[in-house]
Amino acid sequence: MDYLNNIDLDSIKIIDKSEYPTKKAKEDKVTNDIDNLFKELNIHDGAVISFHHHLRNGDYVTNLIMKQVQKLGIKNVTLVASSLFPTNKELIPLLKDGTIKNIVTSYISGELGEAISHGELQGYIVMQSHGGRGRSILNGEIEIDVAFIASPSSDNKGNISGVNGTNSCGTLGYAIADSMMAKKVVAVTDSLVEYPNSPADITEDYVDHILVVDSIGLKSGIVSGTTMITKDPIGLKIAKDTLKVMAASGLLKDGFSFQSGAGGISLAATSFLRDYMIENNLKGSFASGGITGYLTDMLEEGLFDSLFDVQCFDLKAIESLKRNSNHLRMSASQYGNPEVSTVVDNLDIVILGATEIDTNFNVNVMTGSHGMLMGGSGGHQDTAAGSKLSIIVSKLFSSRIPLIKDKVDVITTPGSTVDVLVTERGICVNPLRQDLIELFKAAKLNVVDINELKDYSEKIMGVAKPIEKTDRVIGLSEYRDGRIIDYIYEVK
Amino acid sequence: MHATKIIKMAKAGSVESNDILIMMSPGEGSIDMEVESVVFNQYGDDIKKIILDTLNEEGVTDAKVIVKDKGALDFTIKARVKACVRRGSEQDEL
Amino acid sequence: MSYKTLLFMPGNNPGMLQSSDILGADGIIIDLEDAVAITEKDAARILVCEYLNTFDTTQSDIFVRVNPLDTPFFYDDLDAIKTLNITGVVLPKASVESMEALDKYLTENNLDFKVIGLVETALGLEMAMDILSRSKKVIGVLLGAEDLTLDLGAKRTKESEEIAYARSRIIAVSKALQIEAIDTPWTDTDDYEGLKIDTLNAKDLGMTGKALISPRHVDIVNSIFAPSEQEVNHALRVVEGVKAANEKGLGAFSLDGKMVDAPIIKRALNLLKMSGDYKEEYDGLLK
Repeated sequence: MDYLNNIDLDSIKIIDKSEYPTKKAKEDKVTNDIDNLFKELNIHDGAVISFHHHLRNGDYVTNLIMKQVQKLGIKNVTLVASSLFPTNKELIPLLKDGTIKNIVTSYISGELGEAISHGELQGYIVMQSHGGRGRSILNGEIEIDVAFIASPSSDNKGNISGVNGTNSCGTLGYAIADSMMAKKVVAVTDSLVEYPNSPADITEDYVDHILVVDSIGLKSGIVSGTTMITKDPIGLKIAKDTLKVMAASGLLKDGFSFQSGAGGISLAATSFLRDYMIENNLKGSFASGGITGYLTDMLEEGLFDSLFDVQCFDLKAIESLKRNSNHLRMSASQYGNPEVSTVVDNLDIVILGATEIDTNFNVNVMTGSHGMLMGGSGGHQDTAAGSKLSIIVSKLFSSRIPLIKDKVDVITTPGSTVDVLVTERGICVNPLRQDLIELFKAAKLNVVDINELKDYSEKIMGVAKPIEKTDRVIGLSEYRDGRIIDYIYEVK
Repeated sequence: MHATKIIKMAKAGSVESNDILIMMSPGEGSIDMEVESVVFNQYGDDIKKIILDTLNEEGVTDAKVIVKDKGALDFTIKARVKACVRRGSEQDEL
Repeated sequence: MSYKTLLFMPGNNPGMLQSSDILGADGIIIDLEDAVAITEKDAARILVCEYLNTFDTTQSDIFVRVNPLDTPFFYDDLDAIKTLNITGVVLPKASVESMEALDKYLTENNLDFKVIGLVETALGLEMAMDILSRSKKVIGVLLGAEDLTLDLGAKRTKESEEIAYARSRIIAVSKALQIEAIDTPWTDTDDYEGLKIDTLNAKDLGMTGKALISPRHVDIVNSIFAPSEQEVNHALRVVEGVKAANEKGLGAFSLDGKMVDAPIIKRALNLLKMSGDYKEEYDGLLK
């Protein structure tokens, strides 16, 4: 619109009548011919291709599309998948033949992660947080050539809804940034529905193509990993102490906000919190994150005003999202993008897990006891940084796998953002939070120094031999703001 | 130090989490040990040492030992080795 | 110390043993009897010894339930635990013979273990007074309702009317002997509401605590048997009043307009024992 600054209006050309637009229908976006679609997309070597993981271990789309990429001989692709699951082990041959060169993700589990840890990726793996992923896509740090969006339902114009369709997975929060920023957006669906498909998580103006396939996955695969309250008495003790920590912090008052992971101990703590809220006639503002049926029950009981849902962890959550108007969708960026105003910044309390923690409270949730990739930040970094109180819950003794170490294998979340560790043998408070130490001592909680707890654990278990790694860096642990917080090394 | 002879095949413990299964049979002149553990990378050497030390305490110098560990702590490893030695060195009642 | 909760832990399960001290129970009963298969008795004995010799368990009171006298394991169990730093022994199927045998063993070996007698047979119930008087080491009686109802030919129900007589009889004996009366465990691990009702019933009858088979029951039972803050404060005022009266040489005094007599003092002292607020200096207050 240069003419706004152009004083010389005479130089502006008026459209000639012969050039007037004609009314014509736009090209049909729908196809079921994947070969033809790929011709049109013309994906080149070194392209950046993205996927979301709302179908979790039930997703078929990532494997399907990447195998097509392989078939066409496209090489050196950067795979930007919001998470990768055991089902993605089918991609291992694509690392070896050079189809996939780099991977950018927020979570990886299963054999694909092990293969990468053993050095099978020719480029690098970058591990981001959910908020960090939203940030890097929206600010252009990662330029996506084609976003393939597994769509539980779409109409013929590309209005995508996560709650309709045979494989409804609820919110599509991780795919929003991709759909807005990718050069090309392909909705991959097995449920083509009447126009207009509503409520649409992603609207037609962002969608270029609709690929109809037999199946985008298996809805039942969404419920993977731990989404049940633990029955283990040790886990329950930790959960109970976590409630005591929350109560002693002074944050549990009307209008408080809360998030917990979907691990067994976190869910048990959520369940104890529910009892506490009912008993004390307490009403919260919102709960956020990945949403489970435990939280939707609390929403329906009126214990929280609303839920912010970036991902549905079980089928009950999907139903609730469809039914409850105060069960809100959020994008990964709204969830935790550090460059904008986000939900995590309004969070009072978050309960998180840890595979390892060091005496400076740095947490690893990325690699397991064998040093291999088997997790990732997800929202760990984002919520730890944003919340007023971040609580790590974990067993100190779990089949001789040490929790507290001098140095964790890979730092996922910096200790400067982690406030409290709750174990079955004591509660450790980050020395940066003297205020909490005083509150907890006044409440007679079993507060112990993390160094003492480490010494005790080593007395019982012995000192673990460090995991053997080569000198070769295979990837980077990225902080949510884009800076690198640690290297990831190849496992011997 | 008393000497204990392993005279028959014996086992003790289990493959439950936090436990260890020890299997023993008469050896061929020395201790021959195979260890499998969920924490082998971190604690493999510690586990072997505690087993050898316990065998030594029990006076066993000649046995074939097969171990499947599910993250047992030292007290459990010791207990299972002792139980196995006792079972393997006892005469069957007739 | 009065045991509000005594938690059974299987003797051959290393995972449970190594966490037993953090579950919040006043006492732990490590079980060598029913929770251990016949073929694993030897291994369990060794495991329990290694556990107790390794872990610092001075924070909690540990009892060991040995096998009954009429099994080949009774003396093997006692031989195994005699060097351990434990609080006491739980004697299953308590009878005159087994109590005498246990007392003899403990005396001969100079062991100051405490004894809890497990009453779980019809004969044991009818003879309870006699049995529990056979050893000065007895500090409590535990009702075992599962085996008892089997012996009685009674149907075991959640309402527990079939053990009402047994409970009352056990309680009467315990009060007569001034020992603790510990109720039978609630066996449905997932029925917390049932557990609450059952525990309240037992407490109202006069039980001083309850044995448990699930760690998930500890908090509920602890809170039911725990005296309220109000009760503790009242008891402390009674005791302080007695101390002051004694110092002034007064025989009797009143609190809130009521005469404080021996039964009230006794109740206050018992309550403080239960709440953990009891101090040694209170020992001589009840004369």
